[in-house]
Amino acid sequence: MANTDAKPVLELTGIGKEFGAIRALHDVEMQVFPGEVVGLMGDNGAGKSTLVKIIAGNFRPTQGEMRFAGSAVRFNRPVDARAVGIEVVYQDLALSDNLTAAANVFLGRELKRRFGPIALLDHKAMAARALELFGELRSETRPDDLVKQMSGGQRQAVAIARTRLSNARLVMMDEPTAAISVRQVEQVLGLIHRLKEQGVAVMLISHRMPDVFAVCDRVIVMRRGEKRADKPIHQTSPEEITALITGAKEAA
Amino acid sequence: MTMPMESPVTFSNVGKIRWWQRGIFASQTGYVLLALAVLLVIMHFASPYFFTEGNMQNVAKNFSFIAIATLGVTFVIITGGIDLSVGSMMCFSAMITSMVMTELSTPGSPAGALFVHMGADGKTALANVPGLILLVSILAGLGVALVAGLVNGFCIAVLGLSPFVTTLGMLSIVRGLGYVVSNGRGSFPGGPDADYFYALTSGDVLGVPVPFIYLVILALAMAVVLHHTSFGRHVFALGGNEKAAELTGIPVVRVKIEVYVICALAAGLQGIIISGWLGSAPANMATSYELNVIAAAVIGGANLAGGIGGPLGAIVGCVLLEVIRNGLVLAQVSSYWQQTLVGVIIILAVLVDRIRSRMT
Repeated sequence: MANTDAKPVLELTGIGKEFGAIRALHDVEMQVFPGEVVGLMGDNGAGKSTLVKIIAGNFRPTQGEMRFAGSAVRFNRPVDARAVGIEVVYQDLALSDNLTAAANVFLGRELKRRFGPIALLDHKAMAARALELFGELRSETRPDDLVKQMSGGQRQAVAIARTRLSNARLVMMDEPTAAISVRQVEQVLGLIHRLKEQGVAVMLISHRMPDVFAVCDRVIVMRRGEKRADKPIHQTSPEEITALITGAKEAA
Repeated sequence: MTMPMESPVTFSNVGKIRWWQRGIFASQTGYVLLALAVLLVIMHFASPYFFTEGNMQNVAKNFSFIAIATLGVTFVIITGGIDLSVGSMMCFSAMITSMVMTELSTPGSPAGALFVHMGADGKTALANVPGLILLVSILAGLGVALVAGLVNGFCIAVLGLSPFVTTLGMLSIVRGLGYVVSNGRGSFPGGPDADYFYALTSGDVLGVPVPFIYLVILALAMAVVLHHTSFGRHVFALGGNEKAAELTGIPVVRVKIEVYVICALAAGLQGIIISGWLGSAPANMATSYELNVIAAAVIGGANLAGGIGGPLGAIVGCVLLEVIRNGLVLAQVSSYWQQTLVGVIIILAVLVDRIRSRMT
């Protein structure tokens, strides 16, 4: 259960985003606590992805304030968000097909060994660490296999392993269970539980109602760029959430 | 710190790829290398002159004349870009180098006064250490290449223009500037340092042509950079999935600018070396060499869609082109056939790779 006495790890106040004449987000308030799994739901175009991209540092909000672990933050680039401890698993997984699994896990933060002025990649250490991470995820993935040759589930494991590499305090997952097998869905949900046990806050962006109800403590519903509902999972039902997503019910 | 290499997971339904189905064995570079070996054997039986020391030196020298630029363009191709301005860049760098050298070696000229003065016997005498003029002029030649590379990189990475159009424009700009500064006349390396210049560009060491030595050193350096540094990894990542590279926080803009600068510098260096062999830098030097350079890179396995390529492939492509050219000459076939054959080989090389990747 979410510990509501604790300080929120992420706090959004009055977040809004406009793309020219299009208002993608309007006055979004939101808090996420450590060790809490929050489901973010909404139809296509409801503003979920924009919100995720603002938190991840891809976009800057037009209005509003974002606080992370108590202090106000402004991200100019995704690297800034990552530096404070926000990781994203993207829907298209953001993997380079022509690189190995280990290379993808360590992309942008390669382990290096210094030889005087030159720093060379430490292939061995990266492969060993990647293997360890795949082991934790119970994924049959070899660090030195090319991502090109991998199944959807293996790709997912690579993308998730990447977030485990740094000690992220908030992990956002964009449709992590959309394109993988039933067995892999179980594994991903298991991983979310493990993140939660370690006090990591998880935001699960998903269309799959069963997955959201299986792992989330709280669910937030977006519609037309606004937050329409923010309820503990045991106080709501899939029917109510569906009504909120489609607009049959305006707010809750 | 030792980490366990034993996976805690058993691989029940994920097979391991065999060694001969991965790495170089499964790449276009591997196939073309094989084709090259076959071609060398055929040449050996077709002409008794092919494997003579003189001819081998000739081949080594000739392919080195495009191979360094091919290494540079391979960087760009791996990121999924293209640089059409390499031919013009070769000419312009070579021209600036020899013009600066001549200028600095002229007593009484504004810049030359720092480097030379008129000796008591009426001859030009060095005012500084020998080789300084050479160093300054080569740096000048590479300096213009650096600027052109930066402009290419800026337009492509920051302004988001298409690499094809940007470098096509740069091809014309740089070639035009070459005509402007030389008045279309071309220029010759001259002055007291000219002998060093020729020794450094077209001499040999123990019978090995120096351009070939530069090529080997640069190719080794490139292999290390591509496969053992994070820059190299980012170059591949950029070619594999640019969006992913950006999302994972790779400095995409910087990496792109860097590859265009590397490419321009390689082309500039190549041009300077060629001008040493020619003994001059004519204004129409290296015209349409960009096509040879890109053809060599593609034949050697660099993928124009990005993500694949390397120094070995670049060199193999250049060697293949040169062996064919050399072979046609030895076989007394009209050299006009060369271009036709090169075109056929480009298509064949890519076709074989396509058929192979369909089969697996």
